[in-house]
Amino acid sequence: MLLSHYLGLLENSEKQLSDAFEYVSRKHKDEPDIEQICQKLSAWSREHHGKVMSFCQKYSEQQSSEPDKLKRDLFAEKRSGSLTLLRDLHDLWLLAQEVQLCWIVIRQAALGLRDEELKATHEFCNARTKRQSDWLLGRIKQAAPQTLLVAEQ
Amino acid sequence: MKETRDSIADIWGPRTGYEGQWPERVDERVEEEPDHWVQSACVLCSNGCGCDIGVKDGRIVGVRGRAADSVNHGRLGPKGLHGWVANNSPDRLTKPLIRRNGQLEEATWDEAMSMIVSKSKKLIDEHTASSIGFYTSGQLFLEEYYALGIVGKAGLGTPHMDGNTRLCTATAAAALKVSFGSDGQPGSYSDLDTTEAILHVGHNIASQQTVLWMRVLDRLAGPNPPKLVVIDPRATYTAEKATVHLAPRVGTNIPVMNGLLHLIIEAGYINQEYIKAHTLGFEELKQVVAKWTPSRVEQLTGVPADKLREAARILGTCESLVSTALQGVYQSMQATAAAVQVNNLHLLRGLIGRPGSGIYQMNGQPTAQNTRECGADGDLPGFRNWGNEEHIQQLADLWNVHPDQIPHWSPPTHAMQLWRYCEQGSIKMLWISGTNPLVSLPDLARARKILAKEDLFVVVQDAFSTETTALADVVLPAAIWGEKTGCFTNVGRTVHISHKAVDPPGEARSDFDIFVEYSRRMDFRDKDGNPLLTSTWQTTEDAFNAWRECTRGRICDYTGMSYAKLTGGSGIQWPCNEQYPNGKTHLYEDGVFSTDIDYCETYGHDLETGAPRTKDDYKLLDPKGKAFLKGVDYEPPHEEPDESYPLWLTTGRLVYHFHTRTKTGRSKELHAAAPDSYVQLATEDAARYGIVEGDMIEVESRRGKILEPARVGDIEPGLVFIPFHYGYWDKSDRPRAANELTLTEWDPVSKQPHFKYAAVRIHKVHA
Repeated sequence: MLLSHYLGLLENSEKQLSDAFEYVSRKHKDEPDIEQICQKLSAWSREHHGKVMSFCQKYSEQQSSEPDKLKRDLFAEKRSGSLTLLRDLHDLWLLAQEVQLCWIVIRQAALGLRDEELKATHEFCNARTKRQSDWLLGRIKQAAPQTLLVAEQ
Repeated sequence: MKETRDSIADIWGPRTGYEGQWPERVDERVEEEPDHWVQSACVLCSNGCGCDIGVKDGRIVGVRGRAADSVNHGRLGPKGLHGWVANNSPDRLTKPLIRRNGQLEEATWDEAMSMIVSKSKKLIDEHTASSIGFYTSGQLFLEEYYALGIVGKAGLGTPHMDGNTRLCTATAAAALKVSFGSDGQPGSYSDLDTTEAILHVGHNIASQQTVLWMRVLDRLAGPNPPKLVVIDPRATYTAEKATVHLAPRVGTNIPVMNGLLHLIIEAGYINQEYIKAHTLGFEELKQVVAKWTPSRVEQLTGVPADKLREAARILGTCESLVSTALQGVYQSMQATAAAVQVNNLHLLRGLIGRPGSGIYQMNGQPTAQNTRECGADGDLPGFRNWGNEEHIQQLADLWNVHPDQIPHWSPPTHAMQLWRYCEQGSIKMLWISGTNPLVSLPDLARARKILAKEDLFVVVQDAFSTETTALADVVLPAAIWGEKTGCFTNVGRTVHISHKAVDPPGEARSDFDIFVEYSRRMDFRDKDGNPLLTSTWQTTEDAFNAWRECTRGRICDYTGMSYAKLTGGSGIQWPCNEQYPNGKTHLYEDGVFSTDIDYCETYGHDLETGAPRTKDDYKLLDPKGKAFLKGVDYEPPHEEPDESYPLWLTTGRLVYHFHTRTKTGRSKELHAAAPDSYVQLATEDAARYGIVEGDMIEVESRRGKILEPARVGDIEPGLVFIPFHYGYWDKSDRPRAANELTLTEWDPVSKQPHFKYAAVRIHKVHA
């Protein structure tokens, strides 16, 4: 059964997303809404990660470092200047998509397995992942015109 | 000097106990006998009391309440009876000022306007109109906001326009939108005349809306007095009269409100039929509040469980209920979510849309309702939805511009973000009208630094020199209340006309004339090449008539009103149209709310993160006129007392002053009644720190420090209170503005800043 492989992906994705929200929160302390909401959303992913861990034990997770590499690639360049915030939110959104897709895949398996506990965990976590994406998208849309058209380097 | 009562010594005057029809009492204060009276309404709080301005030899000499007015039945409060003297103050601004070689110097109107226009044009060329922002007020008139809204949205096309209303009433609007789909208070002040119970949450109505409190006091003095529940951490004048006073710790409104709703649901005090027919989300709400048992609420908030039960019994069993909320909710943690719980209470009990039951998500300022209605803040005119293309098209048709000219690609910029863009340098011109942010914004050191920036061009129009005009590049002298004609709407949807009584001093001009002149000089034109405002707007009455068209078919329908109809008699409530020619006392009588997808003002938000919902999200909910029941769980405040900063600070208002005292501070009597700021602390804390009444105390937060004389008692241990009115324009010998200490952060939905908590430390200063 290869479920363990995807649980590994999911486990590490939630961890990366939590770390990335924490990182952006600390980096953008001068934007009070970013600092506070990213703190909150980091805590959500941390909680999801804890929930996933119990299934990792149940189905013998196969650890994966892919999401780790994804995060390192995304946040690779040292950013400064007006574009930084928009680019950091952009990367957070991409990481959130990775998490969301993992959840969609896991859900399919949970249905086949008739694992009610995993189904319920999916329902709880996936709904909040969508809310994380929604917030990121809203904030990105807000920041985009001012950043691209008016702000200078 | 002639006055019918001494409102300084006896704030609310004698009682006329009643039930049913509130008796008239005409309050008057004149320094000389007027030769004539001019109809107006008071602008010194959000209550909107009808008054007449007394004029003698072209000068304002006093005011009297209008007996016929439905809002106040003749009464006026201390600010209204005294504040008008500011009009005659010798230190009014009477000429434009321009900064030359670092100094503000007198200039002509032509020089000042030319400078603003050439700066605007240069910025638009180099950086687009999004390099220009507007920060307005809750003090202008409806016609002025609508002109400003069109200048910004159709003329310049900048998304950056908001008011100081963001600091005072943004949460009121947000909460109404969350629950009912649109701004607009469901009830009427007349509900107080018959109601069985009243709930005040974070609203010290006795100090804030003194005349409305007279109405409550008169009910309490009459037959069948209503039961009064007050939720406030301080022992205010309002709390003194409460049947039950709940005093939660700062920042814990949500647990208290969740606890109350839990008890009410559990006891079966709810109206199942109403919930089923007219709301969505009951099961989710029930689940959210279920955790908040009385003992858990007590543990977290300090409100004794039996008191919570007593309050729930009153709120759960009354046959009619009037609830109000203000800054204790709006400027604290989880502001929108907590305000929405007040709406939920009424929805769960079906106490809405009929006489005796109403909700007041209160406003702070007299014309804040119009800032919201007319699109001079982060809302679109006529409560239109920025996410709804059809609504944008309606505005484009009204103004005869292309819809893309109107910025609607994301929510209009809220004030705190606007200041942030100034700080970062992407907004390069900020036009401030009728407000004094350098006393009223949080974290003043930061705000001062922003306005002092070399690359930010600052225009300020005001009646007086203030802390803010001192940092302006251009100062425009503004005419104020009594010196111009226009309309404004109180928190109860009551529209008043205020006629011009006297000429403005010197060369001062109305905000309306200034915005129209700017539009003319910028040569803003519509699709057909006609001047945008000036081709049709000669007077404020023209603007009012244009505004009526903008409101047609919207909940704030003004189409049945005119200057003639508003003149004489009482103010009139919107909606006022062919169907309701005399206005309407209650909204939502049929339980059909403004949530229809084509009608609603917003597609809603995630209450926890503030993420805006899209039209597609909303389609899935498809509320079709049902109201939303929404709830969230508790989140602790972002800054809490610790070892270094062991006390809670909360800020607020005093009965004798308004805003930053630019008017009330110029009345000898109001000034004498409350001449200086202070820090109020508990007797226990005073003893611990060895402080006695009158000692000078240094109060310090992570943002700054100030010096305040101590006032001891009438507050919970661990909490200190400082009024926010006091700045430096009349006294600059010590740092004393409360907002030197407050936090830069805001509610995720309403974007209203959190003034009601911060961690501070104190010590006695030895002279």
